[in-house]
Parts: sequence; C-alpha cells; structure tokens
Amino acid sequence: MATEKKFDVIVIGGGHAGTEAATAAARAGANTLLITHKLSTLGQMSCNPAIGGIGKGHLTKEVDALGGIMARAIDVAGIQFRTLNASKGPAVRATRAQADRQLYKKAIQGFLFAQENLTIYEDSVEELIIKNGCLQGVKTTKGENFFAKSVVLTTGTFLGGRILFGDSSQEGGRAGDAPSNRLAKNIRSLAFRVSRLKTGTPPRLRKDSLNYDEMLVQPGDEPRPVFSYLGKRADHPQQMDCHITKTTTNTHDIIRAALHESPMYSGTIKSVGPRYCPSIEDKIIRFADKESHQIFVEPEGHNSNEVYPNGISTSLPENTQADFVRSIIGFEEAIITQPGYAIEYDYVDPRDLKLTLETKKISGLYFAGQINGTTGYEEAAAQGLIAGINAQRKAHDLEQWYPLRQNSYMGVLIDDLTTSGVSEPYRMFTSRAEYRLLLREDNADLRLTPVGRKLNLIDEQRWQIFNKKREMIQAEQVRLDSLYIHKAEISEKDKQILGPEYKKETSAANLLKRPNISHEIVTSLSVVGPPAWEKEESNIEQIEQAQLQIETQAKYAGYIQRQEREIQKQAKHEALILPKDIDYAAIQGLSNEAQQRLKDALPESLGQASRLEGITPATISLLLLHLKKRYTKKIA
Amino acid sequence: MPENKSYIEDTIVASASAAGVGGVNIIRISGPKVEEIINNILREMPHPRLATHTKFFNKKNEPLDMGIAIYFPCPFSFTGESVLELHAHGGMFIGKAIIDEIIALGARQAEAGEFTKRAFLNGKLDLLQAEAVADLVSSGSKKSAQAAMRSLSGVFSNLIEALSKQLIKLRLHVEAAIDFPEEEIDFLTDDVLLTEIQACESSFKSVIRGAKIGQILNDGIQVAIIGLPNAGKSSLLNLLSGQDTAIVTDVAGTTRDIIKTSINIDGLCAEFFDTAGFRDNPKTIEAEGIRRTNELLKVVDLAIWVHDYSEKNEINKQFIPANLKHILALNKIDLLSQMPDKMKYNNSVYFSAHTGEGLDDLFKAIKKCVAYETVGDGAFTARTRHIEALKSAFDHFKVGQKALHEKKAGEIFAEEIKLSHKALGEITGQLSDDELLGKIFSKFCIGK
Repeated sequence: MATEKKFDVIVIGGGHAGTEAATAAARAGANTLLITHKLSTLGQMSCNPAIGGIGKGHLTKEVDALGGIMARAIDVAGIQFRTLNASKGPAVRATRAQADRQLYKKAIQGFLFAQENLTIYEDSVEELIIKNGCLQGVKTTKGENFFAKSVVLTTGTFLGGRILFGDSSQEGGRAGDAPSNRLAKNIRSLAFRVSRLKTGTPPRLRKDSLNYDEMLVQPGDEPRPVFSYLGKRADHPQQMDCHITKTTTNTHDIIRAALHESPMYSGTIKSVGPRYCPSIEDKIIRFADKESHQIFVEPEGHNSNEVYPNGISTSLPENTQADFVRSIIGFEEAIITQPGYAIEYDYVDPRDLKLTLETKKISGLYFAGQINGTTGYEEAAAQGLIAGINAQRKAHDLEQWYPLRQNSYMGVLIDDLTTSGVSEPYRMFTSRAEYRLLLREDNADLRLTPVGRKLNLIDEQRWQIFNKKREMIQAEQVRLDSLYIHKAEISEKDKQILGPEYKKETSAANLLKRPNISHEIVTSLSVVGPPAWEKEESNIEQIEQAQLQIETQAKYAGYIQRQEREIQKQAKHEALILPKDIDYAAIQGLSNEAQQRLKDALPESLGQASRLEGITPATISLLLLHLKKRYTKKIA
Repeated sequence: MPENKSYIEDTIVASASAAGVGGVNIIRISGPKVEEIINNILREMPHPRLATHTKFFNKKNEPLDMGIAIYFPCPFSFTGESVLELHAHGGMFIGKAIIDEIIALGARQAEAGEFTKRAFLNGKLDLLQAEAVADLVSSGSKKSAQAAMRSLSGVFSNLIEALSKQLIKLRLHVEAAIDFPEEEIDFLTDDVLLTEIQACESSFKSVIRGAKIGQILNDGIQVAIIGLPNAGKSSLLNLLSGQDTAIVTDVAGTTRDIIKTSINIDGLCAEFFDTAGFRDNPKTIEAEGIRRTNELLKVVDLAIWVHDYSEKNEINKQFIPANLKHILALNKIDLLSQMPDKMKYNNSVYFSAHTGEGLDDLFKAIKKCVAYETVGDGAFTARTRHIEALKSAFDHFKVGQKALHEKKAGEIFAEEIKLSHKALGEITGQLSDDELLGKIFSKFCIGK
C-alpha cells in the first residue's frame, strides 16, 4: 500500500543542480523533498575533481552570492586553489580549485542534512503525475506517490544513459550506476523536444603507479584565493600539487592505429559532444600537426589512491587505453583503475523552457542541469538555484524571478539556453557575456546578494557580513575621492612611491587608475594614511575583497559607465513582457518567417525576442507598435 | 507595463535633402528638445505650421543663414513628436554648420530611416505601410548590412572584408587567451600578434582613406579659390559659373564676402568659394575678409592658389595651411607672348580665366588631387554612415592598442577590439559570440 505525502517542492536528483535546487527552495521556506536514487552519492563529482575556472568561477560566486552551497563546500574541500588570468585584469580573473572528492561530498551532505524544511528520500522516480497540463507529483519505484505544487527535475546524464567504450555498450547513468529509463520514457511521452548529447571521461589511474619525477609540478597560487564571500583561508584543508605531463608521438601513433575501435569513429555514437572538451582521439585527428598535448594530473584527494588525468578523455577499448596511457611521460607503469568512457544521454531542448526554467508546456515542472543540454557542475548549480527558488515561489504563489544577461553570468546562461537552444553541451565562457567588464567574480555579491535577500535566500548572518563589507567599500571610496594629494604635502618617502610620474595633482582615488598602483600602495602614502577599518586576523578575507573592489571600480570606471548606459538602453526591451496570448499571425506586417520563429520560440520579453535568430529590428518595431496599441486600448 | 513613450527620448537631426545638390537644403529635427533648439537657433517661436522667414543663429549670436522655418508641435507632425524644419540654402557648407550647431544643443545625427521609424512607432503611418517601412528601419540587421555591402562594390568592399577578417583573427587570439588560460595561448607576449595588430592598423588606415574617396563621390568636395589680390580669382569663379550649365546655386553669403558656385565635373560635385585676396598689411575691412578666408581653409578639401603668371613676381604660398592639398593655377597665359614649355611647379596648371584656355587641365588636376579619377567605372559610394562606422571602429581599435601597449590590459584590449568589430559589423554584419567560439575551437586545440 503506497503512502501519500504532500510537499511544497519536490527535487528529483542529488547532483550539483539538485542539491542547490533543494537547499534554495528549503532556505526560502518551502517544505521540500529531495529524492535521490542513492543517498551515498549525494554531492558526488562524477567527472573531474575541480570547481571553477573561467566563466565557471563567476557562476560559482554568483550562486554563493545568492546563498548557495557550492562555494562554501569547495572552500572546505579544496586542495589546490588558483587564480586564472591573474595577469589579465580583474574582470577576466577566475578562481579554480581542485577538490578532495570525499571532502566535497561530505561538505555538501553536511549542508543538506543540516538544512531546515528539507526531507531527503532514497528512491527512483519513474513517472510524473500530471493533470490538465499541471504538475501534481511523482511516482517512485518503491510505489510511493509524492505530491507537490512544483517539481524540479535534475536528471544529469541518467535519462536514457548509455555508456560506451570500444565495442562495449551498456546502459548506465554513470560508471557503476543504473540509468533512469522509465522516467526517460515518461519524459519522451510528454511532447518535449528530446534529443541526445554525448560527453566523455578519461581513464582513472592509480596514484602509486605513476612516476612524478618527469612531470612538471603545478602548485597552487599565493596569495591563495577563497571561493565563498564568507570563506576563510583557514577553512582550507592541507594543500596538494597538481602535475603536468604530455603525450608523445608514440601515443598518437597508437591512437591513430586503433581509431576504428572507437565508437566515435566507427559510427556507433552519432550524438554531438562538446567542441571544447574533445576526446584525445578528436585532438589527434583534428590537430594532426600538434606533436604533443598536455595532460593535467589532478589529485583526487588526501585519502585517495586515484588520480584524474585531465586531457585524455577517450572511448577506445580498455586494452588500447592501457597501451596509449603507458606511452605518456611518467605513465610508463600506470595502472588504470577505471577505464575512460563516452556517455550518451537524453536532454530536452531548453527552448521548451521559460526564463524561470519552468517548462512552457507543463505548469509547475522545472528542469535544471544537464537535462537542459549544459555541461559542468557550476552551470548545473546555477540552474538548480534558479529552478529551486522559482519552484518555491510558485508553490507559495509568489511572482517568478529570473536573472538577466546584464546582471549575471546566470542570466547569460539562462537566456542563451532558452533563446538559442544548444547544439552541443553548453559551457560558460566569458566571451558569451556582453558586459564582461561589469560581471566580475569580485562583485558577484554586490550584484546579487541584495536581490537574494528579497528572495529570502540570504540569512541574517550573511546579510550582516555583506552590509558591513559594502559599507567598508563605500566609506573608503568617499575618503579617497575627497582626498587630494597636493605636491607640497608629499614627503620624500611618498615621492619614492609615486615616482617621477606624479606631475599633475590628483585625488587618491584617481591614483588607483594607474597601472600597478594598488590600494595597499595608495594607503601606504603618508598623505593618505590607512583606511578606517581595522585589519584583524578574523576579517582579513573581507578586507581583501573590499580592497580589490575599490581598485577594480577605479580602474574600470569609464568602461563601467559605458556598459551601464548600454544596459539602460537594453533594459527597456527586457522589461517589455510579451503576453502569453499574443497572436503573432494577427500582427500586420510581420513576415511569415518572423511569425513562425516567434511562434516556435514564444519569447517572454521583447529583449529575448530581439536575440532570436532571424528576428530583425523591423520585427521588433512591429511588436513594439503592437504592444503599444494593445496597452493603450486596455487603459482606454 | 512601462509606458512605451519612454522609448524615444532623444532628439535627432538630419538633412532631408541629398547632399550637394539642390538650391535648398531642408534640415529636419524631431524630438523633445525641438523647442529648446528653436529658442537657440531662431530666437523666436514661429507660429505652428506656418512657414516663417527667419535667420538661423549660432551660439555666438551670429547668423549662419537665412531661410524658412516651420514648427510642428507634438503630436501634429510627421513623426508624432515636435518637429522643426529649416529650409536653408543649398550646399554642404551652410548645412553642416547648422547641423553641427543643433547637435551641440543636444540632438544627435539621425540613423537611416529613423524619422520614418518614429512616425511608425507613434502610429503616424498606416500598418499596411509596415512592410515597406520594415526595410527602412532594419539598419544594423544582416539584411541591411548586405545591402550596404552591395553598395560598396569593388576594391573597397574587398578591403572591408579583409579588415573584418583581420579583426576576427585578432579577436580569436585574444578571446582564446582569456577563456582558455591553461592552454598556453598567451597573446601578450606573442610577437605574431603584435605584427597582426600593426597589419590591422594599416588596413584601417587604407580603408578609411578609400572610404573618404567614396564619400567624395556621394557628398562632393569643397574648393577654395585663393591668392593675392587681382590674381584673377573672381574671374575664375565667374568663368566656372558661366561655363557650366550644371550650375545649381549661386548665392552671396548673407554675412560673409565669400562667393560660391557649385558645378559638376564629370560626376564630381564641386563647390567653389571665391575669397578676399591675401596681402601682407591689410586694412581693417580686408583683414576681416582674410580672417574668414582662413576659417574657410580649415574646412575645404582643396585650395586653388591663383597666380598672375603674366607678372614675373614670386609665387608666395605661405598663406596655404601646410596640410591642405592645393593646385597652383598660373593665370593670364593669354597675355604671354609664348606658351611656357613645361610645368615648372608641382601640381600646377596654366590657364586663362579670360579665354577659358586650360580649364580642362584645371579640372583634371582637381580630380587627380582628390583621387577621383582612380575610382573608375566600378565606383562605390561610401555613405557618411559607413565612414562613421569605420571611424568608430578605428577609434576603439586605437584605444585598445594603447591599453595593451601601455598597461598590458588584455581584457580592455579585448573589450575595445570587440567594440571595434561591432562597429564594423554595421557594414559587414555582426558575428555572434557563438560563431566566434566556433572559430576558436576550430583554430586552437582546446580542452582538457
């Protein structure tokens, strides 16, 4: 006899999307149920053991700024921290950390089990219960029926997952885990546009079988960055090094000779894989003139005897994998603990989603993560958070919320997905953001935490810390702005710091605009003096954040203003919502092509419509006129 | 629901007449600042919708021209906004001065089709006209970019294509270096990249040069006739205006002693200005004339220095600004007992304003001087819009170059190159971010 239980929100899946969705919904006050097929794999890193990187670090910090858990988990699980693009300016700098897989999982599970309003249940969902186009609940394998006003589906690669290497092909959602085939069938029956994508992983190697002497050591960066705005360096576990090695011409020969054994090249796999994450087979074929490819040898943790050789993802047969691995410098005696494989899975065309990540066809059903055609933990987490908060708001009859391209990478992600769909697994890059100089890692909290507070995602403690930091920044900016450095007041020591360049008298704030002049240097001038804040061990990270913020805002001042003007222009289009009942066929002057594209895409705002392929400014003008007439009529 | 009116809040201005032709130049201004502009330009509010004969003033209170003004208060106008129409004298010189004045008062140059677009958005046009209007307002779209490209046929279009490709190549490097820092594509220390930047810079320069020639085709040129008193400047102008039946206007400036005439030289529209003669110790009135001549020399494309060749005095070109192209016209050859054999001076022609002898040589020299003759049959026309796009692209490029060079600011370089490429996209069509990423992935072996 099946039991019946009622919740506000049900989240299916306990990966990076599911855990953020569940904690966000619960944090905002929804009575939430998280259903996972295996409690022990909650928060598991299925692919490489790292968080962050270019674009992805930005997303992680934005999730953190909205109270998410990913950044805080990596701060206690990170074994090597780096600042990428350190030399290229703060807008494109990104934090990346290697994770101890066990510590990461433990941290995520810690957040989950400590979360109020959250129930976690081990089972598989087989079917969605839908009535009149509205989601009612879910049915599980164990025969339970759970009911909720909204459901977030985060299936990762488990929907119809198929694992391939050599001529072996087996069903699976991840090495060692069964796929969700009944649910896949159920989703396919719901009139979503479902297709297949592909991704791959490298073989895992035994750490004690490798010879590190021949490899390049890659230590973490100093000063060591932290991820969360609440994070402390003191939280970091003991740090480890990564190593870099490379393939040899012998490696390439072995792979070339064995190509016919790869399902990618024999034609078994037809789905599309990511261009930026090619298999080693792909690299060797497509870039035949490159004599060597670098491989990052990433540790998996302190208590793990496994390493992750990043850069040789493959679907060749197991014995060929062993052959080519042993032709790599330092891997001569390597033992493979788990062969690499390619995995094919179902995804739903994200153009079937609203900007809130709710499906257009079924009210109350939200999708997040790889099911939407993305790849990456951070992309998944960002979507999970948005879907989770909207699921909660739907359940509580509150207005939906979504981020915009101009305020976050999250907005770029969601707009790209729902407007343009995907043709390969979607990954974030900074070049996707038109306002790159505004959307920085250093100001994600300033951009998003106030919104998060309104959405009930920010607890009192985080809010206090945030406000204190904001006040520190503002007070110091005001001080430096009004502090003029007169030549007569400059001491001999100051002269040395300022150099012979100091000719025109200017404010301390303007000094910051010069290259190589940091806040530290400016405040070391005796005419300027130290800032009002007290530097203590307990707030050192917050002070660093404030200093970076002050420097960055000064250096990018002109660009920030220009991009903000651009955004204001755009904002008008973003704020114009296209009503659901709009009849594109009835708008005179719209070309047939434009009508068709608008009907297919059902854009939500005029801004989104303007980014659709094949929609011209002329079409936008016609829509604008139509809206204007429509609203004038309503008012009259 | 925001009020849609907030969409259109700036004031636009443009000449509604084709450049360089027509005796009257209609300048149209539309938007909320029209009344303010009237206060400044006309000093008095004309009666709505009535043609009013009035002076047009600049901010120094000097009249620029005299003509007809018609004021259409909002919403009873073509665009549905307040509109002012100024019917000024033809020719670019006055027109440009008036438009510059209006822009200084807070208006901006209208984009192609923008008046019509506003009319449309304010419900002033029938919806059935929408299709036709659609083409007009789609500036910036791929379609209109294609149309723009078509109008830039031949060599110029190839140059623009090549420049666009160079910019894309630069962006590939820069964006790849930013998005894939672990792939060892470090553009900052890459000599190849510096070479590419330089190549790009020289392409920009040659394209802009080419575009200016194209613009000459479209807008015509202005030529100042200068020289010492009694060298035959006025005779030359009279000859020009009497000679050519294509005279389109012959107007004495309302406040200046510069007389002008426009003629068509084999399709090249040229406007000639007669000036007061230079002399070393001018009297007060003459001094004012010379001051105006010097002002004129700042804006013209070309000067003709007329010299009385029948008198053997020295040719004194000290009055010509150093960077102004000029032709030496050696006048009064009809008074010589025998023709000189060959040219003694560079860029010079012998002629007689009295008999008209040598006028063809003068025309040839003018065409050569502005490179008009090199245009040939496959002539292109570069519109002002194209040149503006090119200039804006080049400006961003230069700022980026400086940021990279002086501050090693790669991300700012990337931003400026992006803006530069975007500006060029007004002519070539835009490249989406995803297309750019695709190019990066096919060029560099990326990914772990």
